Amino acid sequence: MKEPLVQVTDHGLFVPAADLYIDPWKPVDRAVITHAHADHARGGSGRYLSAQAGHDVLRVRLGSTARIDTLPWGERIRMGSAHLSLHPAGHILGAAQIRVEVGGEVWVVSGDYKLESDPTCRAFEPVPCHTFISECTFGLPIYRWPTPRAVFGDILTWWAGNAERGRTSILFGYSLGKAQRLLAGIHLELLDQGMEAPGPILVHGAVHRLLPPFHRAGVPLPDVLRANRESARASEGRALVVAPPSAGGTPWIRKFGQVSTGFASGWMRIRGHRRRRGGDRGFVLSDHVDWPGLLTAIRATGAERIGLTHGTTGPAVRFLREEGWDAWNVPTRFEGEAGSEAPDGSDSGEHETEGQEDA
Amino acid sequence: MKRFTTLFNALDSTTRTSEKIAALRAYFQDAPPADAAWALWVLSGERLRRSVSTRALREWVARRSHTPLWLVEECYDAVGDLAETLALLLPPPDDGKSMPGPEGAGVARAATHGEKETPPLHKVMEEWIAPLRSLTDQEREERLNRSWDRLRGQELLVFHKLLTGGFRVGVGKKLVTRALAETCGMDPAVLAHRMTGRWDPTAEAFLQITSPDADLPDPGRPYPFFLAHSLDGGPEELPGPPEDWLVEWKWDGIRGQLIHRRGETLIWSRGEELVTPAFPELAEAARVLPSGTVLDGEILAWGPGGPRPFADLQRRLGRKRVGARLRGEVPVIFLAYDLLEAEERDLREQPLQERRRRLSALLEAAGIGSDPAVEPASGVPLALSPPVTVHDWAIAHALRDTARTRGVEGLMIKARASTYGVGRRRGPWWKWKVDPLTLDAVLLYAQRGHGRRASLYTDYTFGVWADGELVPVGKAYSGLTDAEIREVDRWIRRNIVDRFGPVRAVEPELVFELAFDGIRESSRHRSGLALRFPRMARWRQDKPPEEADTLEAARALLRHSRGEP
Ligand SMILES: [Zn+2]
Repeated sequence: MKEPLVQVTDHGLFVPAADLYIDPWKPVDRAVITHAHADHARGGSGRYLSAQAGHDVLRVRLGSTARIDTLPWGERIRMGSAHLSLHPAGHILGAAQIRVEVGGEVWVVSGDYKLESDPTCRAFEPVPCHTFISECTFGLPIYRWPTPRAVFGDILTWWAGNAERGRTSILFGYSLGKAQRLLAGIHLELLDQGMEAPGPILVHGAVHRLLPPFHRAGVPLPDVLRANRESARASEGRALVVAPPSAGGTPWIRKFGQVSTGFASGWMRIRGHRRRRGGDRGFVLSDHVDWPGLLTAIRATGAERIGLTHGTTGPAVRFLREEGWDAWNVPTRFEGEAGSEAPDGSDSGEHETEGQEDA
Repeated sequence: MKRFTTLFNALDSTTRTSEKIAALRAYFQDAPPADAAWALWVLSGERLRRSVSTRALREWVARRSHTPLWLVEECYDAVGDLAETLALLLPPPDDGKSMPGPEGAGVARAATHGEKETPPLHKVMEEWIAPLRSLTDQEREERLNRSWDRLRGQELLVFHKLLTGGFRVGVGKKLVTRALAETCGMDPAVLAHRMTGRWDPTAEAFLQITSPDADLPDPGRPYPFFLAHSLDGGPEELPGPPEDWLVEWKWDGIRGQLIHRRGETLIWSRGEELVTPAFPELAEAARVLPSGTVLDGEILAWGPGGPRPFADLQRRLGRKRVGARLRGEVPVIFLAYDLLEAEERDLREQPLQERRRRLSALLEAAGIGSDPAVEPASGVPLALSPPVTVHDWAIAHALRDTARTRGVEGLMIKARASTYGVGRRRGPWWKWKVDPLTLDAVLLYAQRGHGRRASLYTDYTFGVWADGELVPVGKAYSGLTDAEIREVDRWIRRNIVDRFGPVRAVEPELVFELAFDGIRESSRHRSGLALRFPRMARWRQDKPPEEADTLEAARALLRHSRGEP
């Protein structure tokens, strides 16, 4: 059998033909980064390659000294004996799938992706390939996302209801990607419904510092205020505050008076997770692919071999095999049912876990 | 159904009692009585007899959703709640995403499905769910497919909850009673009384229950039980001298109400189940009491001179009929704690002291003495739960220490001036249980929990050492803090060594101190022992698994609890 184009090593996924690691877990000489979330973009490597659209957010994560090269969408470059190109994954701003071609054989590594519409990033593009390595965070048929518009409609109804009762609405979503998607989605939904916002929109500092790249990318964001004592007092009982989940249950939240809390994540599809988060409302909004989306994406690539990674891959692997694909599990650094570590979002425990991986 | 689903969502999306009450009030104000009756019935914990097997339900949902059965099981394992799993798996008729297809396909389908509203709750219960029982499996599947065609979104979850029976939404009987009482401007205690026992969820019954001046026509209706709080410190902390308190043994049986009214005798358990058929001799014994009498007491398996283990009583429970042989093997007795009604008059507002005085007089007049140890000899398995004389709390401590060898759970301490309330109220009545037995045991298997803890591994099986091997001794799922549960859950996920269905075998590394109320021999368990009410007292992070207890140590506890050396 031929040597696989992409191999699992103790540093992460490795492309021998290009001498390049994809989203490495440990420092390496050359890394290509699918997107700027913490569990994909780690510091310390010699040179980084990312999509042009993802440069600014990656820069915030890696700091000013990191060497970052960029590529426009779809442009092919040669590295060693491989041709490499990046394609939109629809996950967050600048999130890429990585296409590797060696001697006519094509592999695509999806990184994180979703098929739903998202005004903060380019939509997922299926890339024809022989082997597709797909994320599988939500690899069970119980995970099926509602249309984002329906979710934003629910969020507006919740916000308006809270404002009526004099409660500040605190909406938790990871500070890189999810938070901006929430802001843009709410903004567009208000415009669409011709509705006046029930109050001002405030954002946590961790969200605020990540807004400039989105502004520069032309993402339609509403006017927001940075949440502090003054803005909180001025808008108490009416405001919508977008904050990272790590801010929940900290003294930071006290400045808003009476609050109702909501959490936007794919895990909110399951009632047990909703209730365990302890918040008032769970909104099913994910930047990862759901089960029908996973099958759609796999079919669209035309791939015969499917590697699944991140999350509980076992059932999806078995299902795909029964359906005639050559499927296997691609181990990640987290063993076991690692996906389940995400819903709590409590593993890092830091205050400002900007860019902490969302689900 | 839409209205009830809205109520369900409102209850499910808040943890604040005030908001739950508000949602319930809004519902009861609007809902027609026929629906409100069912809502009240299911929310206070009643359930229809199961009309379809969960096995069949899984198969039909698998078929309808084009999901292999094994994958349905995987999903159930991840969700932890069957009703919810099935609701999540069923392809929604109206979101267009059930199968990948062109945009807009869903909209077209929604138009053909969207015109019919789901029928009201009482129709769903009476016409969709109740009739399933009498059908063949094939007919059931057809009926359910028609129901599934019409249910949307969250209605599916509510429907499956109603269908499978387990309706837990963070609302108990007490809260529903309170909300309904507020809605109709009634005294919650009166409402609680009217809702006690069996009633049919019909519009008529609902109107009768909620009508401010309705007569109570049902002679079989029990009173709501008054419950005691646990005393964590000692009785020294109680106000007043020991003389202000009535002390009794805390018997290890089932709490019951014995009713004799207008020629009928009935026995209700604390769970408000009618258990008369399981204890015919007690129902017969009640006839020696004057009509219009209601006793609160404990049903116990009783041998010569004293109580027998709870496990013996369990053989009698849940039976539709009890033959002479079982009656002979497991004789039972009713030990009376309290007199709730005499001469058809409700005595609950009188002080306990007075109720007890009348109880003694009543039993004496019926030819029943006050010593249960000799009483069954009179042929009537009915006696007073004898008071324990305590002039000094030090004596109470000494007596409590003898509880296990006496086969009782500890002491009950009740204020002599107390009225007979409703539910659990802090202050007048206390239960003071004997300190639990403990063993340090090793976590062997884990399974996911339910409700709020579905999707976390919270149900554990523990083992102790026997001949260099760990033998399971018991299961426990309570006692840890939420933070500990999450930590153990994470540890489990990283240390799974084997899978059997939903059960995960883990590396035998974590040690927990198990606390339990009793221990007995059991041929059903590999260890030969069964623990009563085991729970986790502590996570012994300081102990390596080799230092966990042995089966021999567990046997020593058994001998000791029997008073053997
Ligand atoms: Zn990501």
